[in-house]
Formats: sequence, C-alpha cells, structure tokens
Amino acid sequence: MAALPTLAPMWVIAIPFIGAAAIAASHNHPRLRDGLGWLASIAFFVAVCGHIEPTMSGLGATQTLGELLPGVSIGFALEPLGLLFALIGASLWLVATLYAQSYMKHMDYPHLARFFACYAIALGAAAGMAFSANLLTLFIFYEILTLSTYPLVTHSGSEEARRGGRVYLFYLLASSVGLLLPAIIWTYAATGTLTFQSGGIVDGHIAPHWVPVLLGLFAFGIGKAALMPFHKWLPSAMVAPAPVSALLHAVAVVKAGVFTVLKVVIFVFGVETLSDTGAGIWVSWVAAFTIVAASLVALTLDDFKARLAYSTVAQLSYVVVGAMVATPLAVIGAVMQMAMHAVAKITLFFSAGAIQVASNRKKIQQFDGLGRVMPYTFAFMTVGILSIIGLPIFGGMWSKWYLLLGSLQAEQWIVVGALLISSLLNILYLLIIPLRGFFAPAAEGVPTEGLHEAPLAQRIAMGVTAGGCVLLFFYPEPLYELAKGLVL
Amino acid sequence: MTLTQWMPFIVLMPLILSGVSALLPGKTAPWLLAFATATASTILAALVWLGLGPEPMRYAFGNWAPPMGIEYRVDHANALVALIVSGIASLALLWGKRSADQEIPERQGIFYALFLLALAGLLGITLTGDAFNVFVFLEISSLSTYALVAYGQDRRGLLAAFRYLIMGTIGATFILIGIGFLYMMTGTLNMADLAERIPAVADTNAVRAGFAFIIVGLGLKLALLPLHLWLPNAYAFAPNVITVFLAGTATKVALYVMLRFIYTIFGGDYSFGALPLADIMMVLAVAGMVVGSWVAMFEPNLKRMMAYSSVAQVGYLVLGVALVSIIGLTATFVHLFNHALMKAGLFMALGTVMYRTGSARIEAFYGVGRQMPWTMTAFALLGLSLIGVPATAGFVSKWYLIWGALDAGQVWLVVLILITSLMAVVYIWRVIEAAWFQAPRDQQSPVAEAPKALLIPLWLMVALNIYFGLDTRLSLGAAEQAAQVLLGGF
Amino acid sequence: MTVILSYFNYWVVVLLMMIGFYGVIAHGNMDKKLMSLGLFQTSVFIMFISAGKVIGGATPILRDGVALHSNPLPHVLILTAIVVGVATTAVGLALAVRIQEAYGTIEDDLIGDPSHEPEEP
Repeated sequence: MAALPTLAPMWVIAIPFIGAAAIAASHNHPRLRDGLGWLASIAFFVAVCGHIEPTMSGLGATQTLGELLPGVSIGFALEPLGLLFALIGASLWLVATLYAQSYMKHMDYPHLARFFACYAIALGAAAGMAFSANLLTLFIFYEILTLSTYPLVTHSGSEEARRGGRVYLFYLLASSVGLLLPAIIWTYAATGTLTFQSGGIVDGHIAPHWVPVLLGLFAFGIGKAALMPFHKWLPSAMVAPAPVSALLHAVAVVKAGVFTVLKVVIFVFGVETLSDTGAGIWVSWVAAFTIVAASLVALTLDDFKARLAYSTVAQLSYVVVGAMVATPLAVIGAVMQMAMHAVAKITLFFSAGAIQVASNRKKIQQFDGLGRVMPYTFAFMTVGILSIIGLPIFGGMWSKWYLLLGSLQAEQWIVVGALLISSLLNILYLLIIPLRGFFAPAAEGVPTEGLHEAPLAQRIAMGVTAGGCVLLFFYPEPLYELAKGLVL
Repeated sequence: MTLTQWMPFIVLMPLILSGVSALLPGKTAPWLLAFATATASTILAALVWLGLGPEPMRYAFGNWAPPMGIEYRVDHANALVALIVSGIASLALLWGKRSADQEIPERQGIFYALFLLALAGLLGITLTGDAFNVFVFLEISSLSTYALVAYGQDRRGLLAAFRYLIMGTIGATFILIGIGFLYMMTGTLNMADLAERIPAVADTNAVRAGFAFIIVGLGLKLALLPLHLWLPNAYAFAPNVITVFLAGTATKVALYVMLRFIYTIFGGDYSFGALPLADIMMVLAVAGMVVGSWVAMFEPNLKRMMAYSSVAQVGYLVLGVALVSIIGLTATFVHLFNHALMKAGLFMALGTVMYRTGSARIEAFYGVGRQMPWTMTAFALLGLSLIGVPATAGFVSKWYLIWGALDAGQVWLVVLILITSLMAVVYIWRVIEAAWFQAPRDQQSPVAEAPKALLIPLWLMVALNIYFGLDTRLSLGAAEQAAQVLLGGF
Repeated sequence: MTVILSYFNYWVVVLLMMIGFYGVIAHGNMDKKLMSLGLFQTSVFIMFISAGKVIGGATPILRDGVALHSNPLPHVLILTAIVVGVATTAVGLALAVRIQEAYGTIEDDLIGDPSHEPEEP
C-alpha cells in the first residue's frame, strides 16, 4: 500500500469529475466511452487506496481551498470514517462499472454518455462528502450529489420517470434546504465554526434543551438517510435503471445520508455528549418506528425493486439508530452497518437488474421457478439477503450484533424490540423471494422456458459482491478497528 | 489627473458619448461605442473602488465647493453599486449584440444612445452627493428606460412602457416632493449637509412627510410590493438586451438610494427609531417574497415569470434592510451583487432561447433542452444559483439572510425564506422539465443551438455565478465594507 | 383661519396635486392621463417656487439698496424639473401615438392587460 501515491484530496475528488467530462465528450465513440469509464473508476479506486495508509496512521491529508464565509472555508480532511465511505464507493463503483456497461447495453438505453458522466459525478460528489473538513463543504457536495443523480433517475424520460424524479428532487431539496441548511446555519451562528472536530463543537454553545431540537433538524434534514417521513424519495427513485438503484440508491446516495448523520453525531455533537444527555433518544425512536414501518410496507409490495427500496429505508435507520443511541458499541455497529449493508444491498439490486435483463420481469409473483433457470443470480441474491438478515457466515451479522449490544447497553428496549422484529420481518419479505424462485412451480402465464441466465459480466459483478458479504464475516477486524478508533 | 478627477468620468463618459452614438450609422459602430464606453466605465469604477481609502472620494463640479455646488461623493457603498451597474451594462452589451440586431432592425444608433443615457443616469444616481441631483439623474435614466422598453417590435412593449412611465413619473414626483420638504426645512440639498441639519428639525411633520414621500417614491422605483405593478410587463416586453440590463441594475440602484436616505441622510436611529419603518419594510418584503414567488410558479410567459421572481428577490433585499443589523445589511449588499449576476444571466439565457424560437412562452421551450443543450444547461445552473444551491452565488446570499434572521431571533423569517426558496425550485424546474421532457412543439423544424456570440457571454455569467459561490472574498468583503460604511454614516 | 390662509399656497398645491393624481388614476384615455400627470407635476413645481418666496424680498438680482432677496435656488431647481416634466410629457405622447398606431385606440380600458394578449405569430 505504501507504494501508492497519496494525491491531494482535491485531486482524488477531481478524478471522477474529470472522468465525467471525458465521458461526456466521447459520446460518439462507445468504446472510448466505456474505456474511459473503466479508467476513471480504476484511477479513483487507486487514488482512494493511496490514502488508507496515512489516514489510518492518523496523518490524514488535509487541504484548504478558498474561504467561503468568514471562518468557514472549503476544505478537506481525511479521517477513517470518511475514508471508509470513500472506499465503499470506490470499490463498488468498480464492480458497478462492469455491471452497468453490460446492463445498459442489454436494455437498449439511449444517451449512455450522459448516463455514465452523471454516474461518475455522483461518485465524485460522494467522495467530496467523504473528505469534507467541515459541514459547509459537506453540504455543497451533498447538493451536488442530489442534482447529479436527478438526470439518472429520470433517465428513461417517461412520464413515470418524470414524476419519480420530481418527488425525488422535491424531497431531497426540500429537506436539505428546509431543515439541514437552517441546522447548519444555527450551528454556525451558535459556535462560529463548522469544522468537524472529534468530540463535537456544539457542546457548551447551545442550551441543553435545544440540543435535541438541533439534532432533530439534522436527522430529518439529511433526507438521504430516509428517516420517516422523509423516505418517499427512495421508492420514487426506483424508476431509475437498475445500476443506478444499485450503486446510488443502495450505496452512494443513501450511504451519503447515513454517513452525514454519523459525521454530525461524532464530529459535531460528539458521541459522549449525546450518550450522556440522551438527546438523540427521541430520534432513535423515530428510526425504530421507521425500521418496523418500512418492513411492514415492504411486505405488501409486489415490485421487487420497490420492496428492496423499503428494505433500504429500514436498513438505513439501523445506522441512524446506532448513531442516536450513541453508546460506543452502537456507533461501532452503525459504522459497520454502513459497509455491510452496502455490499449486500448492491448484490440484491444487481440481481433485480439481472432478472430484468434475462426475463424482463419485475414482479415477485412472476419469479416463481425462475431460480431454477437463473441459479447463479438467485444464489447470489440469497447470499445478499442472508447478510441483510444478519445470519452468521455473512458480514451483516456483525453490524446487527453490535447494534443490538449497544442498544442493550443503553437499555433502549424500544430499539431492541424494533431490531428483533425487523429481522423476523426480513425473513418474511426477503427470504421468501429466492425460496419461491427455487422451489415454487412456475406461475401460470409466466413460463420459464426459453429464459436463461444473466450475461456473464453481470454474474461476475454479483459474484464479487456476494463474495464480499462472506469475506466481511471472516475478516471484520479492519472494519471493527476503524470503527473503534472513531468512538474510543 | 488624479483618480479623484477621473472619477466623475464614470458618469460623464456614457452621458457625453450617448450623443455621439445617436449620430453613428449602421449597427456595429454604435454597439462598439456603447460597449467600449460601458467597459471603460466599469474599469474606472473598479479602479475607484480599489483606490478608495477610509475617507470618501469627493469631487466638486465646476470647482463650486459643496454645499453650494454639486459634488460626487464616493464611498465603499456606492462604488460597489457603480461597479455592479456598469459591469452588468457591459456584460449585457457583450451578450446583446446579436439579440439587438434581431429585435431592433433599424435606428440602432439611437437605441444605444438611449442605453448609454440610461446607464449614465443610473451611475449618476449612484455617485452623486446631492439630493436634487438624484432626482435629475433618476429621471434621465427613467425617461431613457421608458423609450428603451418600447423600442422592440412587440407592440405590448409600448403599453408596458406607457404604464411604466405613468407610475415611474408619479414615483419620481413623490421623491421630488420629499426633497422639497427637506430643502424647506434645512435649506440645503447636499447629502452630507442634510445629514448634519436634519437632527435639529427631525421632530417636525414636514421632515416626516418628506421622509415618507421619498421612501414611497423610491419604493415605486424599487418595485417593492405593492408598488411593483409596472415591473413584470416592462421586463417581459422590453427587448431582451434591455431586460438583462434592467434586471441587473434598475431596482438595485433604487435600493441603494433608499439605503442612502435611510442611513446616511436621516440616520438609522431616526429611520427605524422614530418611525416604524423596519416593521413596514419587513411586512412588505415578506409579502413581496411570497406573492412574487407564488405568481412566478404559474406564469406562462417565462420573462414575466422571471420578472415576478425579481419582485420576490427585491423582497429579500429589503428584508435584509428591515433586519436592521450589520449581518442583514451585508446580506442585502451581497444579494445586490449576486442577484444582479444571476438575474442578468437568467434573462440572457431566456433571450438566447428567444433568439431562436422568438417566444418567451413556456410552450416555446418544449424540447429545447435537447436542441440547445448549452443554453439550457446554463439556464439550469443559473437557476440553481437563484434557488440558492451551495457552490453558487445565490447560496451565499441565502446564507447571510438566514443568518441575519436567526441573529435577529426571527425564526418565522427563516421559515419564509426557505419556503420561498422552494417555490423558486418549482418555477425553475417547470422550465427544466419543459425543456428536457416535453416533445418539441414543432418536430419538423428543430431549432439549432444559439451562436457562440450569445453563448460565450452567457457562460461567462455562469462562471461568475459559480466563482462567487466558491470564492466570496471579493463579494462578501465588498458587501461588508459597504454595510459598514452605511452604518457608520458619512 | 389665519393658519389656513397663511398657508394658502400649499392649499393650492394640494388641491392641484389631488386633481392631477385623481385624473391619472381615473382617466382611461392616455392623453388625459398625461395631462393629469402634467398637472400633478406642476403642483409640485408651484410648491417649490412658492417656498422660495421671502416676504418682502426682491427679485434675486444683486443691486444697490436691496438687502432682502427671494431665494433663487428653488427656481433654478424647478427650471430643471420643468425640463424633465416636458421631456416626460413628450415621451408619453410619443408612446401614445405609437399605441394609437399599433392598437387603433388610446383608451386604456379597451386595450386591457398586455400579458393576456395572444402571442403574435
């Protein structure tokens, strides 16, 4: 690792943006465009990896660009949590590139240059959030992420896509401008700074009875974390092509949301302040409610991607719960959940897209018997689901484990109950899908004859992420150490 | 010659050269003259702004020492406004050559002469230190503006201009009455002199009435709700280059004069203490924000939509004043600067599309996103600035306004600012959806991308909007200085 | 009563001003609007000029034996304002002529709001 160059943070973030420009410029040359897509994602991955060594040894790169407001500049500072988020994004972008190029061509989507350019910009924005040194920089990239994903959501240009895009944009902009921005300005007005500091910055600047209010503004304002009632955008975003749902609405965008929540809890409020005062408990109840309610909604949905979307809403709230309960173990669980869920959920969205490519089916009812035709796809799907449920030999177990321990430690029985109920509901609404795929006879009117497996590239992509789920069970130490370093 | 001696040329150059422009034949020569003049004024204004010390720069005309003669008196507040006005004028002209050639087929010499006159008037209002001189320059700029609004081929421009003339003249006369009262009570017209003498007679009805007349008259020029009625049609039916110019300058100058009267001449204590001005302004500002944004959401003519958006933005500007704090006033000045950039840019984008489609109605924008991608992308980016998305100039304005409102403990204002920002999202997005998701009205004859002569200045505006969203030292620093100067009095 | 009478110039000003102001608002005919506007402006001119009168003062020309002069400055100012007023009327009338050509009428009520006018092809 030491052999890798450590680029200045700004240049790491610039790689996807430059890549996007190059991809957009090569719209008449499909091969060049695909090659540039690869080049950008690989270069980005290598550049992020170059920061592992210095950041983990406590020498994270810092960089300050111009001063935007008195006392607040646009600046970057690497710390382990941000690095983790960037790593998740960078590594899964590689896999997603493989998958997306195959998927988009098989589904005959037009305007691929625009698509891949926006895809790259979204990753760049996510990296910008990950490396931000202060709330304002983070907020800037947060909004760039929102805006750059809008064309992806509406990519097909159909009436349905437009409606979905409108909901998407409205929820994300309204929550961020209406709640998050005031929260940031309030913080700024009270403390005079927005720079992330371990231990937090608001302690002692804001009267104790206002802290839960400010925290609430942040938690709901970060609409990307999809806390109810600001979750509607996520199901709406499912009108997007599968690779978008996979990389962005299972990984980059939603993880950006919970990442911001974690960042705010750890570096703005301070874990100790929160766990001592219990200011976040009421938010954790909302999150617990979100977990159960979203799982119940997911039960009723027949569209696979919509079900996955609600599952994502529920899983994101696990992270919020962990952050708000704010005992060290719970925060560790939350950080691990961020990574575990990303790897598992991207597998599921990949499989949703693969099924669409192979059979053009979206409804779960039509999946009966499909598992026998597409054994690889359904097997990888099963791995992802088991990881999300949190069963052993899959990475998801660790995050659930620490979240549960943390909540028990804090004696938050409502939260504990919600976590347990949700795991049961997960089995009901997720595990049933591959079970029916493998074992149920083909449903009437939707024969499985003449269908075959998804293209190789997509199977490889799914295999890699499914393998990741297993790998993370056996080698969780780096992740655990990283998370521990944040809270202890 | 020293810089102080050059300073009046900011106004004199356009004033004198407008006469030359009127005599020039053809299309290129008068444009070139106008553009060169506006640019020269911009450079001079920038030099003056840079060269300012802690003391105001003063120039007495004809060597008649004030308070007898007329003096120009420049401090950080009006130097900034002069820079904005002349800068926007040059940018508007840089963009407007092609557009004007299309909309004004003949008598361009006179057209640019009027443009320069309007510019000279606005700059004169800004720089002068004499209250009556304000009135004279106000009328110079207004009269030429009426003519300019009516100069296009659209007959609706005539009506808009006529109604603007009636309302504008009433407003100007109100200002004249107010100045008359002040003169009767103090015997002077020099602003600095007025500021010294008013406290002695402050507690009289004549001064109060004079103050009220001036504020109402300026409110009309400023298009502060409910005195905004002239603005939407005047903006909508004027030639595009004029709309760009007016949107970035006219209301800004009126606001500056209002601030000058409120803070420098009457003094903040009197304006806000002896009279309930802050409350009135706050109510009107909020009403303007809400009503302007609301109407904009449903307006089918996009130029009118943007004009109503300007009514809302004037609300933001006045709101900053009504907060009566250094943060609020800084917000006003920084928004003055930023809004000039974004609204001029947005009207440029609309004008660029109109150059191809000939109509400002939303139906004419169907499918334009694919046909004129560069233009509409610029529109989208400028729209984001108007909404106040981070990394654009508009964000800085919103930040300061919200901060000012929080600082004043007015949470409901924060809520209203945010709600109106979201309304801006709605009306901007309406255009974006029309441009990208609707099928073009006429499939057979697709419109081509605009010529580079229009695109390059448009993208220059985009670049400025983003630059001042990322590096605020210049805009914020200038705004802070301006606010401090005003709060500090002469 | 003396108070009212001693301010009689202002009463005249107010009266003229209100007549003019009313005319601008009430008349639909653009020519009449402009006339009323002229009246409105003139009333303000009178206010300025009459305020410059100093009781017992002579014309403001420097000559022997005269110590008390009327204030000349308002007259000078109003000279400028009159020019402005004339220019305003001229521009207004020019617009009215053009409107007559374009719409065939200068009655405001008959023309209506330009924003409701259908787009010309």
